[in-house]
Amino acid sequence: MDRSILEGDPHSILEAMAICGYCIGATKGLIYIRAEYPLAIRRLKIAIAQAREYGLLGEHIFGTGFSFDITLKYGAGAFVCGEETALIHSMEGKRGEPSNKPPFPAQSGYMGKPTNVNNVETLANIPVIILKGAEWFSSIGTERSKGTKVFALAGKINNVGLIEVPMGITLREIIYEIGGGIKNGKKFKAVQTGGPSGGCLTEKHLDTPIDYESLTAAGSMMGSGGMIVLDEDDCMVSVAKFYLGFIVEESCGKCAPCRIGNKRLHETLGRITAGKGMQEDIEKLRNLGSVIKDTSLCGLGQTSPNPVLSTLDNFMDEYLEHVHDKKCRSGQCRDLLYYVISENDCIGCMACKRVCPTHAISGEKKEAHVINQGICIKCGACMEKCQFDAISLMN
Amino acid sequence: MIELTIDNKKIEVEEGTTILKAARKAGVEIPTLCHFELCDMGIENKPGGCRICVVEVEGRRNLAPSCMTEAQNGMVVHTHNIRVLNARTTVLKLIISDHPFDCLVCAKSGQCELQSLAIQFGIRSQPYEGEQSRYRKDTSPSIIREVDKCIMCRRCEMMCNEVQTVGALAAVNRGFMSVVAPAFEMNLEDSPCTYCGQCVSVCPTGALTEVDHTNDIIRALSDPAKTVVVQTAPAVRAALGEEFGLPPGTLVTGKMVSALRELGFDYIFDTDFSADLTIMEEGTELLQRLQRHLEGDPEVRLPILTSCCPGWVSFFEHNFPDLLDVPSTAKSPQQMFGAIAKSYFAEKIGVNRKDMIVVSIMPCLAKKYECQRDEFKVDGNPDVDYSISTRELAAFIKQANIDFLNLPEGNFDDPLGESSGAGVIFGNTGGVIEAACRTAYELYTGKRLEKVDFHALRGMEGIRSATVDFDGLPLHIGIAHGLGNARKLLNDVRAGKSQYHAIEIMACPGGCIGGGGQPYHHGDSEILSKRIAAIYTEDERKVIRKSHENPSIIRLYDEYLGKPGSHKAHHLLHTEYFPKSNEVTFNLM
Repeated sequence: MDRSILEGDPHSILEAMAICGYCIGATKGLIYIRAEYPLAIRRLKIAIAQAREYGLLGEHIFGTGFSFDITLKYGAGAFVCGEETALIHSMEGKRGEPSNKPPFPAQSGYMGKPTNVNNVETLANIPVIILKGAEWFSSIGTERSKGTKVFALAGKINNVGLIEVPMGITLREIIYEIGGGIKNGKKFKAVQTGGPSGGCLTEKHLDTPIDYESLTAAGSMMGSGGMIVLDEDDCMVSVAKFYLGFIVEESCGKCAPCRIGNKRLHETLGRITAGKGMQEDIEKLRNLGSVIKDTSLCGLGQTSPNPVLSTLDNFMDEYLEHVHDKKCRSGQCRDLLYYVISENDCIGCMACKRVCPTHAISGEKKEAHVINQGICIKCGACMEKCQFDAISLMN
Repeated sequence: MIELTIDNKKIEVEEGTTILKAARKAGVEIPTLCHFELCDMGIENKPGGCRICVVEVEGRRNLAPSCMTEAQNGMVVHTHNIRVLNARTTVLKLIISDHPFDCLVCAKSGQCELQSLAIQFGIRSQPYEGEQSRYRKDTSPSIIREVDKCIMCRRCEMMCNEVQTVGALAAVNRGFMSVVAPAFEMNLEDSPCTYCGQCVSVCPTGALTEVDHTNDIIRALSDPAKTVVVQTAPAVRAALGEEFGLPPGTLVTGKMVSALRELGFDYIFDTDFSADLTIMEEGTELLQRLQRHLEGDPEVRLPILTSCCPGWVSFFEHNFPDLLDVPSTAKSPQQMFGAIAKSYFAEKIGVNRKDMIVVSIMPCLAKKYECQRDEFKVDGNPDVDYSISTRELAAFIKQANIDFLNLPEGNFDDPLGESSGAGVIFGNTGGVIEAACRTAYELYTGKRLEKVDFHALRGMEGIRSATVDFDGLPLHIGIAHGLGNARKLLNDVRAGKSQYHAIEIMACPGGCIGGGGQPYHHGDSEILSKRIAAIYTEDERKVIRKSHENPSIIRLYDEYLGKPGSHKAHHLLHTEYFPKSNEVTFNLM
């Protein structure tokens, strides 16, 4: 959504940065933006040129003693470079990895100078607060989370897209009123909020007012404002594995718990979804997840186990099914599916038997065939070959 | 001062103290892994990456890395409750899960800090089995990189970039595949690496080790057709004893000689001898340049820079290719020894140079590279065949089952084993220039130098300057140890701002006593100070303290070389330097 703001209203950010510079006595503003956002970059450049032309940026703004200018710094899209110290290192031309705080950027930031780091959405609120006043802004939202929040609504929902809602709105309002309910009339299962290192909220959270505090208390977070709706067809173990896969890709590698721990979490989830999980794997996930949260260097590692921990909290039954019954109720885990031949539909043509690479199918001509599940490698060749729809995939 | 509580102990510390240091003050030892410090030299590595030193701070959401969290007034810290111990053990098991299990054959076994932690934590199982990060093994003339064993502590990176300013090593790749390597994971040999070996000296695991030449030497020793000659560098005798449990700073010169004799070397000589020879050549060059400078010759360049240190030579070839005429052309003592051994000495004992093997025992890893340089070969035959480190010699002695501690005190052989105190102090920062002053003073003034100890030139500060009175001529001397400090002095030389007549540079912090081939100090800078003191003790014990008074040196010039700077001396004892590129050159195919 930050990209949308930069593309749609770049001047709001420039104005907010100038106001910020005026407040803290800064003369230099930097926008760190992914090089993969060419449209946002183009529009920002146009806006900066316009602002300079109007005397809104540059030397002696409005004829005052205040001077402020903005330059763009391009990033290569590393997720961790959203963490402010990593962002600053990247801007300085160093490896994009975080460092310990303190010192906070406000003490020693870009090139060792005191630096105020804010994200696009925060800044976009500033001009309107200045215009309409703090009281107006405070009138929206909850006691501790003021104003509005933009969410990127996605997943199994009828209306996807960016929504701006007042803080304190419930998940039910977002999903069923704004989002128009679950696609194809399916049953709501969970909503994943806060981006890849957020957590999953379930039916029991549907009527919780959404603000920073309540999301954290529920084991998730506001994070990037991502909101992905999941329905009954989604496997929660696979969902956790998917997000951990992203984290493993995006860990910078600086601290051991994030670098190795998330890899091990991902591998363990891989074993469980492949039907090779054991009860101790669940204990391992929980201990590892909490240690990674407790010991990681930056916000990425401190939140990365959230998808695992929150699904363990809310969907333990699915984990247990995967581990003990080797069953994935939503049929998402391919390794847990098995092929069966319907006794009624099979005419005993032997086509499947001939094509099976592991000789897992037995049966005489014109008699119903049977698949030996211990030998079957689930390649699907038999189902493809069967002309009588006698073979199906079961979970 | 602030007051905090660590494990129920109240303790007062100065503001700005980390929890780790406060705990140590309170007698509470917190285990660390990536943290590394040589406190006397202002060298500290604390990226906060390993997370082994985490502690619980009451009121804080997550655990705090004690190495980089500052103590606050009223803080209550727990260093070993269940939460902390579980976190530490889990993180250690994670690190081990991405580490090869080849401790039995690892070069670092017994010295590995990861292994020590595993023992300390009582790790008996590996619950987090999974993929291990694998990398190409990289062998250079001096250093082997086996970065499967890299734990991303970043100590080598800090040494290479912040202390040495060489810039050969940095973290590359992301996430699980992160590792410290030269840019684009090119070979170390193609990088600006100087082989100073400081990365090896701080690596906690076996990721960075030296190239081991012990087997080549065993082969040479067992070949009856070969005459095997060994030379030992000054700094070795002040550190070798540590490998046999002796306290740091114990001099083991005599035992070292006896051990080498037991190992079967035919002639045991001393690099201190060729250090004296270096002084004769370098000191003469200094005086000649100084004389011309004082006479107003605009072509002569001052300051003159010492050239004994091969890491330093590589460094200026890489980084100051425009200043190649500034360093002395004198070869290093190792190479002077090799050149003399395979000419003067070989002729004396009637051995063909091809049948002579010259081995050097060095505190240094760059020496391995130096002896392989083409300019130090005659028809492909190197002046020095193999250079092994203090550590390799210790391992060799242990392998040969020699009872080192009970060896008699042996004596070096003649004629290349006799040395002055000036040759000994080559091992310390400031030692080469002090040795040069002892000789240059007498040659320049024609007077006898009564007080040979130049205390102004000694010390541990990274950059030192002193003025030595040459009977009315104030000789300005600069000293730098650590290549980062050298760079500062060289930048001044390049800018024409340097006021010095002579500058001594040693690549390693502390000089050769802190070389990359010395016994591991594990961050204890007191070990370095004790080695320095031992070297000065050895100097004081010597009857002859000045290089030009070494009778074997006098005889060498009389019988063979003529006088310092002669044509023959130049041919055998001087070298030239070559510009090297710092550009990244790698083949994409």
